[in-house]
Amino acid sequence: MQTSTKRRTPEELLEQVQAEEAYEKRGRLKVFLGYASGVGKSFRMLDEGRRRAERGQDVVVGAVQPQRASEIEALLSKLRVIPLRPIDGNTVMDVDAILKRHPGVCLVDGLAYDNPPGSRNASRWEDVEQLLDAGISVITSVNIQYIDELRERVAKITGKVVTQTVPRKFLNSADEIVVVDAPPEMCIRTQDAEMKARATTQAQKLSELREIALLFAADVVDLQLEQYLQRNGMTQTFGAQERIMICVTPRANAAAMIASGRRNADRFHGDLTVAYVRQPEISADDQAALDRNLAIARDAKAHIEILDGDDPIQTILSFAREHGVTQVFVGHSTHEHWWERLTGTPLDRLIRDANDIDVRVFPH
Amino acid sequence: MATRPSRGRLKIYLGYAAGVGKTYQMLEEAQELKRQGRDVVIGYFEPHGRKDTIARTEGLEFVPRRKGEYRGTTFDDMDTGAILARHPEICVVDEFPHSNIPGSEHDKRWQDAQLLLDAGIDVLTTMNIQHLESLNDQVFRITGVRVRETIPDWVMQQADQVVMVDLTPRALLNRLARGVVYPPDKAVEALKNFFQESTLVALRELALRQTAHEVEIRQVDYNSPGFQITPTDGDIGDEPPRSQERILILVTPDPSTAMLIRRGKRVADYLHADCFAVAVQQENNGGDSNGAVERHLNFARNLHIEARLLGGHDVAKTVVEFARLNGVTQLFLARPSEGRWSTFGGRNLVQQVVRLARDMQVIIVADRNRQQAK
Repeated sequence: MQTSTKRRTPEELLEQVQAEEAYEKRGRLKVFLGYASGVGKSFRMLDEGRRRAERGQDVVVGAVQPQRASEIEALLSKLRVIPLRPIDGNTVMDVDAILKRHPGVCLVDGLAYDNPPGSRNASRWEDVEQLLDAGISVITSVNIQYIDELRERVAKITGKVVTQTVPRKFLNSADEIVVVDAPPEMCIRTQDAEMKARATTQAQKLSELREIALLFAADVVDLQLEQYLQRNGMTQTFGAQERIMICVTPRANAAAMIASGRRNADRFHGDLTVAYVRQPEISADDQAALDRNLAIARDAKAHIEILDGDDPIQTILSFAREHGVTQVFVGHSTHEHWWERLTGTPLDRLIRDANDIDVRVFPH
Repeated sequence: MATRPSRGRLKIYLGYAAGVGKTYQMLEEAQELKRQGRDVVIGYFEPHGRKDTIARTEGLEFVPRRKGEYRGTTFDDMDTGAILARHPEICVVDEFPHSNIPGSEHDKRWQDAQLLLDAGIDVLTTMNIQHLESLNDQVFRITGVRVRETIPDWVMQQADQVVMVDLTPRALLNRLARGVVYPPDKAVEALKNFFQESTLVALRELALRQTAHEVEIRQVDYNSPGFQITPTDGDIGDEPPRSQERILILVTPDPSTAMLIRRGKRVADYLHADCFAVAVQQENNGGDSNGAVERHLNFARNLHIEARLLGGHDVAKTVVEFARLNGVTQLFLARPSEGRWSTFGGRNLVQQVVRLARDMQVIIVADRNRQQAK
C-alpha cells in the first residue's frame, strides 16, 4: 500500500479547508437502501435510531410511512415522534417543528415522497437537505425504484412506474449508505408446479433488483472513497473497481478494441475511457479515420479523453495512474523499424513501464 | 443404482472485516429455521467473547468439538465425523476459510463443509471478502496483508446463496471503539493496521461488487430451461452459456505466476470464458524450476483450471502454436521481472510472445504487489 501527499497550491488548500469546514457544520446523512418493499429498511432505520437513543443521542422521528407492521409500532413506541403536519387533507413532514426542536438525529422514512402544494419544499428529500444544512443528522431509507436514474430500469423489471423520485446526486452526498441485503428466500420448496413457476419469476425479478442495489451502493462507496482520499490529501489507487483505458490511434482497429472494452467493462461493472494522444501533423485521411474511431467510442458510451504530451507512452501512463486505471488496451505495433530491434518499440516500453496496470495488446 | 441424497445447500454470509455481524446474522437465521421446526445444529461457532453473538446461540444444539493436539498444545476443531453421524438437516459452520490443525483429515474447514454438503446437509457459513482466492493480490494491495487462508472461487460459485452482511465502516469503527469487536488492547492495535477507514471502504466496495457478481451469475441459472435453485452436480447440461472467448495462461517458474493465474481465472469467470493453463518444459532445464512449474500447475488445478505441461525448445513458439491450435483468443502472461528488460541482449519472453501472437489478444498482467510507480 502506498500513500503519498501531493503538493498543492494555496488556492487548492483554501478550497480544501473550506470544504472541510462546510463538511464539519453539516449534519450527517445515512441511507438504508432497499430493493423491494418488505426487505426491512424502515425497521433497520428505526432500530438504529433506537440504539442511538439508548446510547444517549438526541433522536426524533420526523416521518414514517402510514401503514406499519407491529414490529415497527413497537420500535416507534420507544422513540420521540414529531407528528406530520396536515395540509388540505394531506400530510407533510413538519420541518419547522424539527428545526425548532433541533435534535441531533432525525429519522425520515419515505425519502421520495412528494409534498403537497403549499409545502416548504416540493419533495421530502429537499426537506432532508434543509435539516442537514441546519446541522441535524438524518437517517433515512429509500427503495431503489425511487432513484431517478434507476427508475426506468427498475420499472422494466417490476412493471411498476413510479412518479416520485430522488436524484442520484442527493444519494451520492450520503456519508453512509447501507444495503439491506435480505436475499430472495433460500428455499423455494413448494411442489405445486404453478406456484413454483411464479416463485421462480419472482425470485428472478428480486435477484435482478438486488444486483442493481448492490452495484448502486458500490458506486456510491467508490465515490466516497475518492472523496475521503481527496479530503485527506492522499493519492492512492486500490483497484476495487475495474477501469479500462483504450488507447486509439487513427490506424488502430478501434472497433474491435472498443467492443471488447465495453464487454469487459460491463461484465465487471467498471468504467470505460477511450484516449487519444494528440499527434502533430496528422494527414487528412488519418484525421478522418481518427474521427470515425472516436465516433465508435461515443456510441459505446465511453468517456473520451484527448491527451497532450511529448512522450505518448508517458502521457498514457500518467493519465492511467491518476485515474486509477486497471487495464490499458493498445494495438499491436504494425511494423518495426530496424532501430527498434535494438531499442525496443514504444509498445515494449509501455509494457515495461506499466508495472501495476494490466496491458492488453490487440491484433490489427 | 441407489438414489443418492441430493446435495445440501450452501449459504455464505459475506462480510469485509471482523465485527460487521456475519456470525450474528447467521445465528439469527439458524434460530428462525429452528422456530420453523427445522433440525439445526451448530457444528462450529467462534464466540470471540462477543456477548450479543453468544446470546444468539441459546437453545441451539451444539455438536461437541473434536480435541486435537499439535506441538504440545491442545486445540479443538469442528468434528466433521460427529456431525455426519448426527446428520442434521442444517449445520452452522462459522469461519469458512479456517485452516484445520495439521494432521487433520482435511487441511481446510471448507473441505469439511463439502463433506457435509455431499451428505445432503445444508450449511450456513461465514467469511470475509479478503479470503476469496482471486482477490488475494488486490487485497494485499489494499491492506498490505497477504491472506494465507483462501477459498477457491469455485467454492463460492457453488454456494446457493451469498448474502452481504453490510455495515458502514464508520459504524464498524464505532463498534470497535466501544469494545464490541475486540478487547481494548487488541482494538487499539487493529485501528492502527487493518481498520483504517480507507482500507475498510475499499474492502467493502470489493465485497459489494463480488456479491453483485454472485447474484448475477445465479440469474443465468434461473433463466436456464431446467431451472433449479440448487446447482446440479455438474454432469447435467445446466452450465451458463459460455462465451466465444478462450483464455490461456502461460505458467512459468516465476513467483508472479500465482498472481497471473488468479487474475486470468477471475477475468475468465467474469467473461464466462473457458480457461486453461500450460507450461513449457524445456528439454535442458534444471530441476528447481520444474518443481516451481509443477507447483503452479497444481495451484491452477485447485482453482479448477485445466492445466498441462508441453514439451518444446522455444517457450514462446510452443505456447503460441498451442494457443492457435486450440482457438485461444486471449493469452495471459506475467510481467517479466525488472532485470529481464535488457533490449540489447535479446528479447524477453513477453517481447517474443507479443511479436509472435499478432492474431490474438495478449494480456500482460500487472504486478499488483509492487509499489506504485512515482
